[in-house]
Amino acid sequence: MTVLESDVEQASPPASDRWASGVIPYKQMGYWDADYQPKDTDILCAFRITPQAGVDPEEAAAAVAGESSTATWTVVWTDRLTAHEHYQAKAYRCDEVPGTPGQYIALIAYDIDLFEEGSIANLTSSIIGNVFGFKALKALRLEDMRIPPHYVKTFQGPPHGIVMEREYLNKYGRPLLGATTKPKLGLSARNYGRVVYEALRGGLDFTKDDENINSQPFMRWRDRYLSSMEAVNKAEAATGEVKGHYLNVTAADMESMYERADFAKQLGSVIIMMDLTVGYTAMTSMSKWARRNGLILHLHRAGHGTYTRQKTHGVSFRVIAKWVRLLGVDHVHAGTVVGKLEGDPNMIRGYYDTCRQGFTAADPQKGLYFDQDWVSMPGVMPVASGGIHAGQMHQLLDYLGEDTVLQFGGGTIGHPMGIAAGATANRVALEVMIQARNEGRDYVNEGPDILRAAAKWSPELRAALDVWGDISFNYESTDTSDVLSTPTSA
Amino acid sequence: MRITQGTFSYLPDFTDEQITAQLQYCLDKGWPLSVEFTDDPHPRNFLWDMWELPMFDMADPSAILLEINRCRKVHPNHYIRLNAYDRTLGRQTTALSFIVNRPPAEPGFRLQREEGPDRQVHYTIHAYATDRPEGERYRD
Repeated sequence: MTVLESDVEQASPPASDRWASGVIPYKQMGYWDADYQPKDTDILCAFRITPQAGVDPEEAAAAVAGESSTATWTVVWTDRLTAHEHYQAKAYRCDEVPGTPGQYIALIAYDIDLFEEGSIANLTSSIIGNVFGFKALKALRLEDMRIPPHYVKTFQGPPHGIVMEREYLNKYGRPLLGATTKPKLGLSARNYGRVVYEALRGGLDFTKDDENINSQPFMRWRDRYLSSMEAVNKAEAATGEVKGHYLNVTAADMESMYERADFAKQLGSVIIMMDLTVGYTAMTSMSKWARRNGLILHLHRAGHGTYTRQKTHGVSFRVIAKWVRLLGVDHVHAGTVVGKLEGDPNMIRGYYDTCRQGFTAADPQKGLYFDQDWVSMPGVMPVASGGIHAGQMHQLLDYLGEDTVLQFGGGTIGHPMGIAAGATANRVALEVMIQARNEGRDYVNEGPDILRAAAKWSPELRAALDVWGDISFNYESTDTSDVLSTPTSA
Repeated sequence: MRITQGTFSYLPDFTDEQITAQLQYCLDKGWPLSVEFTDDPHPRNFLWDMWELPMFDMADPSAILLEINRCRKVHPNHYIRLNAYDRTLGRQTTALSFIVNRPPAEPGFRLQREEGPDRQVHYTIHAYATDRPEGERYRD
């Protein structure tokens, strides 16, 4: 509970009454310290707070610090049995967001002793545990976190990471290509295997189960795994390349997830996937399984939009990206900029940097509030998926770079000449764009010409450009930087 | 069939001029280049034979092209690839790798199935080229 500023003046006890029974402001309980110098070992958070009318923003910041660490709503004498100053989180800055009255960015420092080693479940139970329902706030959003190296090193991170994945797949110098099997629901195992085979033999590196393909009456998981692996192996023999299909092991309970993952391993799959909906503990368990058994682990961020998209509420995706890199996945969906789903170019660059870099420097334009040192933890391969097609290849390469998986589901399977032709169109478009970039051409501006020139000898690419060349998704992004507002690019 | 390993296998084979442009890109990045060849193109055979050592200190693309052409002359019926290596901390792996020579006919692979219980099938891929002894593959 937060006390209104006007009440504080009447009710606020003298400092000597810090331990008197009753309700005192969080600021006076020690959760606000404007002079605090964060320690190298502290976990730092940037919260966007929108206090209720009449609530002092510093008090609101102190309340967030209190409720996400040691405090309850009233004074308790049992605090005096602890070194409470050590365990109390400290709000140490609170600045109004420029141009957005009523919103503040509060910086809060947490001592590392508050958190269990290697546990995202524990970290999140504290930091986003109680505070988001707090009545004194209209809205709250966790914008960013600085995880100190001391805490980073209690996690093993991605089971393989970008470098090992590339060496395992023997694929270098270009983004990887994938496609999600469509329609996402309803195909029988045999039809499903057909889609996988055609897409892989046509030139994709990966195909993928969608997030909501688990084990339904129209196709049980075991049948899907068998038919998909026949398709993967046939495509490997047809191309001489390593291929993979992300077998979704998401299930109702951990025992079933392990059962499915073990079967995927027995069949020789190089990769499995799971959905964000399984929760932090289940994801961490699958990460350990994937490291132990040598399978690449893909994460589909199913459900994240419910808490990442709105600018004043929830948890930014850059924070989710940090958590899943720590708990350890090899792939995570991180946006496309140009596709059908939400994504401001600057914000997405921030997510991609967070996934891939060894050290991410603070950059307000990208929504990054803190420097983040990953102390040699391997990178996560970001995945771009949702409404992208071959005609955008120059933009995709420019925005997203080389260490990414570009997933063209509709843009492969909806090709007028068939699925394999759709895959070939994507692969030709990608390789010709990499060639042009490496030759020093201005591929971003000359992109459409580069694609048209290749379409002269590639009928598959020509057909793809004829169908989708003019499709774009021009909508304003919801989640943008406070510093610079850039419309989502075509 | 056409084996599609490497960065540029879906494009028409590069001319020497196009190869030189890629070499220049790699040299500008500070990536040393190396040439490797094989007559066993199994997708999991990453240990192709090295054509001498990686050219760590070679900054002239035409000298590297010369090595590629020397290798082509000795092994005209082998797969030859060019690798660029990035030793940057956090990478320390291959940065670019593409095929610059192929045998005139590529016989491809046989998919061998071993049926097990519970409808499980175990697969192995066999390169037809390796049916002949090493050194005699891709020879008429």
